[in-house]
Formats: sequence, C-alpha cells, structure tokens
Amino acid sequence: MSELIYKSAAQLSESLAKKEVSAREVTQAHLDQITKVDKAVHAFLYVDTEGALAQADQVDAARAKGENLGPLAGVPLALKDILAQEGIPTTCGSKILEGWRPPYSATVVKKLRAAGVVILGKTNMDEFAMGSSTENSAFGTTQNPWDLTRIPGGSGGGSAAALAAFEAPLAIGSDTGGSIRQPAAVTGTVGVKPTYGGVSRYGVIAYSSSLDQVGPCARTVLDTALLHEVIAGHDDYDATSINAPTPPVVAAAKRADVKGMKIGVIKELSGDGYESGVSERFEESLEILRSQGATIEMVSCPNFDYGLAAYYLIAPSEASSNLARFDAMRYGLRVGDDGSRSAEEVMSMTRAAGFGREVKRRIILGTYALSAGYYDAYYGSAQKVRTLITQDFAKAFSSVDVLVSPTTPTVAFPIGAKSNDPVAMYLSDVATIPVNLAGVAAMSLPAGLSEGLPVGFQIIAPAMKDDRLYQVGAALERELAAKWGGVLTTKAPKLNSSAGA
Amino acid sequence: MSRISNEEVARIAQLARLELSANEIAELAGELEAILGAVARVQEVAKSDVLPTSHPLALVNVVRPDVVRPSLTPESALSGAPASEEDRFRVPQILGEEA
Repeated sequence: MSELIYKSAAQLSESLAKKEVSAREVTQAHLDQITKVDKAVHAFLYVDTEGALAQADQVDAARAKGENLGPLAGVPLALKDILAQEGIPTTCGSKILEGWRPPYSATVVKKLRAAGVVILGKTNMDEFAMGSSTENSAFGTTQNPWDLTRIPGGSGGGSAAALAAFEAPLAIGSDTGGSIRQPAAVTGTVGVKPTYGGVSRYGVIAYSSSLDQVGPCARTVLDTALLHEVIAGHDDYDATSINAPTPPVVAAAKRADVKGMKIGVIKELSGDGYESGVSERFEESLEILRSQGATIEMVSCPNFDYGLAAYYLIAPSEASSNLARFDAMRYGLRVGDDGSRSAEEVMSMTRAAGFGREVKRRIILGTYALSAGYYDAYYGSAQKVRTLITQDFAKAFSSVDVLVSPTTPTVAFPIGAKSNDPVAMYLSDVATIPVNLAGVAAMSLPAGLSEGLPVGFQIIAPAMKDDRLYQVGAALERELAAKWGGVLTTKAPKLNSSAGA
Repeated sequence: MSRISNEEVARIAQLARLELSANEIAELAGELEAILGAVARVQEVAKSDVLPTSHPLALVNVVRPDVVRPSLTPESALSGAPASEEDRFRVPQILGEEA
C-alpha cells in the first residue's frame, strides 16, 4: 500500500469516504514510511503507533456505522511538539520538558481529534521554536528530505520534513517569525500562518505571545485549506482568539482564480541578499499570475527594512517573560534539590541545565532589552517600528488585494553553515517577520527548484482575509503543477531506509 | 554602542534566574553586543510622534461567563511535578533560615 503515502489528503479523503481504503490501512502505510525513512530524516521526536492505529480504528468503526464524518476523518497528521497532547510526551524541543506528559490537550488537538484526524506523533523543532534550522533542538537536527546534508528550516523543520518525506500528508506548525513558512519554502511544501487570533493557542507552549500563531501545513494548497478549516475558529480558552467566522478558505482554494486581482510585489523584499535562483522562480510565478489575469504592481513598504531588528527585540523580550514559567517547581526538570539549596538556586541551576544555547541567548537578550534604563531605547523603539510596519501594510492593502515576495532569501543551507553566527541565522527570517509584527495572514508555497532545491513563494493577505491566500496560491499551484506533472514534492527524492542513516 | 561588560551580563542572568559559567558570560557578552549592534537601528525611525504597538489585536478585557466546569484533578495537576507531597507541589526552601 506504499502508493497511499504519495496521495494528497483530499485524495485520501475521497478514497476513505468511498470505503476504497480504510483509515487503518492509510495510517499503517504512513507508520511504515516513518519506520523506513525517519532514521535518515529525524522528523519525529515521538511516534504514537498504538494511539494512531486506535484513532484510525475509531474512524473506521464510525464510518461503518454510517456516521457523518468530516472530510479529514482518517487522514494522518504530524503534530509539532509545541502543542500539548494529553498523555503524549511534549518537549518543545527542550531538555527542560523531556519526559513531560501533559495532563490536557491543546484546543487544536481536540479539534483534530473531533474531526477524526489521526495524529501520528510529535515532530522535531528548534528548542522553544527559536531557530530557523532545527539545529537548536535538544534532540538532534532534522534532515531536509531533498538533501540530507541540508537544514529543513525551522523552527517547524520536523513538520515540513515529515510532509516532504511522505511520512504524513498533513502537519501542524506554529509561526512566530516564519517557523511555518520558511520550513515550507525550503522543503517544497505549503504552509500558512493564519491571521493572528485565527487559530486557538490554548495548550500551545508560548514563545512570543504577541506574534505566535498556529497554522496548517501540507503538500497542496487545497489540503492546507482543508486543515485550516478544521483547526480555525473562536476559542473561549484563548483570550486573543478572534470572535468571527473563519474566512472561506476551502472554497477559495477550489475557486483558484486571480482574474482581476491586484497583486503587489514588495520592493523591499527583493534584490540584494536574494539568490538569483530564488529571484528567477519568483519572477516566473509572477508571470504566471499575470497570464492568469492578475495585475502586478510594485509596492513600497519602507519600514520593512527595520522588521528584523524589531523582531529580535520583541520576540526575545516576550520569551524572557514567557519562559519564566520553567521554574523547576510544577513540571519539567529540577536540578540541585538536595535540601541545602534555596528555591532560587534550584531554579537557576535547573534553567542552566535545561535550556540550550540559543534559548539562553534570547532570555539574556530579552531580559536586557526590558531592564531598567534600556526599555525605551530597545523594546519601546521596537514597538514603534511595529506601528510603522502595520501602517505600511495598511497603505499597501489600500491599493492591492495581496502582497507577494520570495519566502526566504536563499534555498536550504547546509547543516552547520550558520550555527555559530546568530545574526546570519536571523537573516533567514527577513521576508517572513513583517507579517507576524502586523498580525496579518501569509502562505508559502513552492515556486520551483534552484539547483535542485525548493524555492518558496510568499503571499500575504490582510487580517481575516486568509481566503485570498488560498485563492491566489491555488491558481499559481495549478499552473506550476501542470508544468511539473504534479506538485513539487512529486519530484522529491524517494528516500530509502539506508539513506544517510 | 557601548561595550557590554561581563558584570552586566552576570547581573542580567541573575535577574533571569539563569546560572551561567564564566565562559558562557564572556561569550554572551560578545554575542549580545553583536546582536544589539544589529538591532539598535530601530531607534532610527522610532520617533516620539509614533505610538507603540504591543499587540496586533485591539482587544480589551476579554471575559467569559464565570461558570464552574470540569478541571484537572489534583492528581493530574501534580502528574508532571518534580516533587509533590500531600496533594501539593513540594518546593525547595523559599525563605532564608532566619525567617
């Protein structure tokens, strides 16, 4: 049944509904693929074989009884290890949470379960979602299925690699500065950062609360939309959740029509620093959208030049506060509790032992930026830049329907290439960060290959207009897939069990 | 950009309850300086007439009805605790001996 792993979620949904295949068979095929390739890819931190098969059996039993099931019932999914799932180890990529089994599930997990989605396991990520390569995971780096010597992006590199390695047709990510979109770009998959507040964050381990957003990942635009519809919507348990209907994302993906739409190319997110292969694929995609009847115009967002700087003050500042909860008292690691040390000493020792380098670096940076005497100069100034970037977006969206740019300046870089230079690593997020600062919605989808490695195309829509991402993305994907003979991952190397293991 | 001293990093680490070795402190002092050097440019455009944005949503006082609903049992709430005693989290001494 190995051909099952190459099907999209929409195709699996149809076969499942017609009872041509069972949820157990679909789930088993993906579990087999994980067994076969994950030694080489290392997308998963935990595989819940028994739980996944039990969920699949429940779906099959419900279908046999003629129950009314949602479109994704019986379709497997890879869950980023930042979301709490009751009874399942949840580490957020950190030693400080190693072995922790949450006593409750995130709202998104509950919604997935209610929709009959089969959760295969938890995927690798940079520790506390801080990174662009998964090299900051305490549990080893994930390898990019396109080239096992290269990074899969981060922080959600595990979820993106699981898709590209055909270990799952669907995945969940979270995006604070690009952690869904950058991994999607470098693995040739699709990832969406919904409007801030569009998807509940209850049960999602917080990194930077004014920026974090959970979102859907898949290999096709339609699959991403189907998942988006399942996880989105208002949640009483999340005070930052938007109380409004979810935009019609599935209908938009099916419409896939850009005729008459105005598309703005962001002037500041191009040129110097963008590899020529990335720029070429981007220009080709623009040409396709133009040929499909969209109007393309250049738009300037001058303050985007300050986005990266603002982000690396705001996110560490919020992280330094959020990560204070890892205090060795209520859950997670505790070090040095021998009766002679104070709570404060135990806290400091535990955090020293439990946090990795990048997390320590950001806690120190954030604490510094928020400390007396520096607050106005750093955190305060960054918050003002946030206002200016939001104004740039508002102005741009007054004249165009969506904005576009390359998702990342480069294709996947070799593992180790930037791990000792934090500032160089931070530049990976230069095109994705403005979106989080303003809380708007964005998608990355494949635009083709540059020297054999995937290039991402980013689409940005105003808040609560997430449907436009899917409308434009699906139109572009249709034409590109026709040219390639299938979506880009069809061209991904077929891994075998010996590869790189 | 003023130099960031090892003492300054040590003081910040203490505020953050993060024990650092002398080596880590020296390394972080250098890195912090490089990162702050790269991000300080926010000050170029952060003029006094620009209002700060703390959050993308303009929400104020989100409330829900105060209704009793099922919650974690003491057992499950304590299930991940490093140490517990008599249905409570057991923590190291918080006050000094003299208290």
